[in-house]
Amino acid sequence: MTEFSSETSNLIEINKLCFGYKQRAVLNGVDIKIPKGRVTAIMGPSGSGKTTILRLIAGQLKANSGVIKVGGRDITRMSRNDLFLERRKMGVLFQSGALFTDLPVFENVAFPLRVHTRLSDSMIRDIVLVKLEAVGLRGARDLMPAELSGGMARRVALARAIVLDPQLILYDEPFAGQDPISIGILSDLIKRLNSALNLTSIVISHSVPETAAIADYIYVIARGKVADCGPTQRVINSEDPRVHQFMHGLPDGPVAFHYPAPDYRSDLGLDSTSHPSWPK
Amino acid sequence: MTILDQIAKLGQGGLVVVGNLGRAGMIVALALLGPPDFRHGPALLIRQLYSVGVFSLLIIAVSGLFVGMVLALQGYNLLIRFDAVEALGQAVSVTLVRELGPVISALLFAGRAGSALTAEIGLMKATEQLAAMEVIGVDPIRRVVRPRLWAGIIAMPLLAQIFNVVALWGAVIIGVGWLGVGADAFWTNMQDYLEFRRDIFNGVIKAAVFGGVITWIAVFQGYNTVPTSEGISRATTRTVVYSSLAVLGMDFLLTAVMFGVN
Repeated sequence: MTEFSSETSNLIEINKLCFGYKQRAVLNGVDIKIPKGRVTAIMGPSGSGKTTILRLIAGQLKANSGVIKVGGRDITRMSRNDLFLERRKMGVLFQSGALFTDLPVFENVAFPLRVHTRLSDSMIRDIVLVKLEAVGLRGARDLMPAELSGGMARRVALARAIVLDPQLILYDEPFAGQDPISIGILSDLIKRLNSALNLTSIVISHSVPETAAIADYIYVIARGKVADCGPTQRVINSEDPRVHQFMHGLPDGPVAFHYPAPDYRSDLGLDSTSHPSWPK
Repeated sequence: MTILDQIAKLGQGGLVVVGNLGRAGMIVALALLGPPDFRHGPALLIRQLYSVGVFSLLIIAVSGLFVGMVLALQGYNLLIRFDAVEALGQAVSVTLVRELGPVISALLFAGRAGSALTAEIGLMKATEQLAAMEVIGVDPIRRVVRPRLWAGIIAMPLLAQIFNVVALWGAVIIGVGWLGVGADAFWTNMQDYLEFRRDIFNGVIKAAVFGGVITWIAVFQGYNTVPTSEGISRATTRTVVYSSLAVLGMDFLLTAVMFGVN
């Protein structure tokens, strides 16, 4: 698969990745390279295996076969303890935010610091306030997760994801179910944080305009394989029929509008055998 | 359905059971055998002790009071036929300390704390909180499961002893206060018959085993739940049913081992 830029090295290299549940194959020989310091989007229709790729990169799922190298280390062969150590270098923003519901905003963001560092309370307070300020929610530090809107919850989760200054951030459907203002805030934050903190970002999404606006590169996943990849504008103009249908939101095409079903007329009992008087 | 299909279905069911047992075993092994966390562990344990222990206190105490009162009433009606009402203290205390204390408080614990544990962990799974912990680099089995398991093992014997004390108090109110059994006879017979090692210590061991089994079932059901509202509801029901059956089954085994046949 393409290595997009010769100037940037790849933080993640995925080769011949296969994954499935029992007899259903979800990913079938996927090759992906994520360049350092850039925003790369992994897109595709619902059920195409995008979130599965995220969970495989985070080591939450075990690949059936293939290699996932993050910073040169193969995630698929790591022990449970090594995996937990490796995850400290990553931040993941879940679709729901996944805030700890029994902790206020401040403690949610402070959680990774309290667990992994021995910083003093005043130092933790300063770091948390800096991160909350970066997402615009310093004033919401005392609120409980139940008191936050969906967009605010994701911003708090983003502050928590960057609190340990990771190298890599994985965003799982960051724009799903958000109002236009929240989408604007989140896409601005993703782009701004990526360059300000020198991060590498992977955005898993099926929201084409919002994702295309912030992504440097796009991978389109369809039927368990990479259908196309490359710089954003090139993928948007792709001539591959599956990619074209997805990127332009066409209702019919290689992904058919109709779910496979028996013949419509016979299903309604309108064929000539059930109604002999019906004209053939 | 052909015979082969039925055999295949049976085999699939067997595989699911064996798989679940294996996963449940892994969870308890990882939770109890991993390296101790002296930095965060005590605070997490105290929080869970409060949650499963203190919140179960009221239902345990109220139930204990009524169970003790009923035991005294029924015991009196039986013993008076043989002109042996002085043995009421002995009968009530042995029944409570050996059997009813650990068993009833375990059943109440399963309904009160076990179901709450399953629902809590199931919801944490459904809202991706467990996944978030994993990607932050925190093992949810050590952070979430371990303190809850130890809290169950520690809280249950204490709750059972509180149940026994309150039930005895209920028996005294009815037996001595209402039915007129002599207080001296009640307490003396009780103290003469009860042995610390044979009765009280074995009751504590029983309660600790029940606490461990109930919490194990509860945390596994929560951890293994299908992350939907229906899945959590089913898991919570399974926790109460499985742990109640496990308590009654284990009670027979432990009684056979501890007391045998005289």
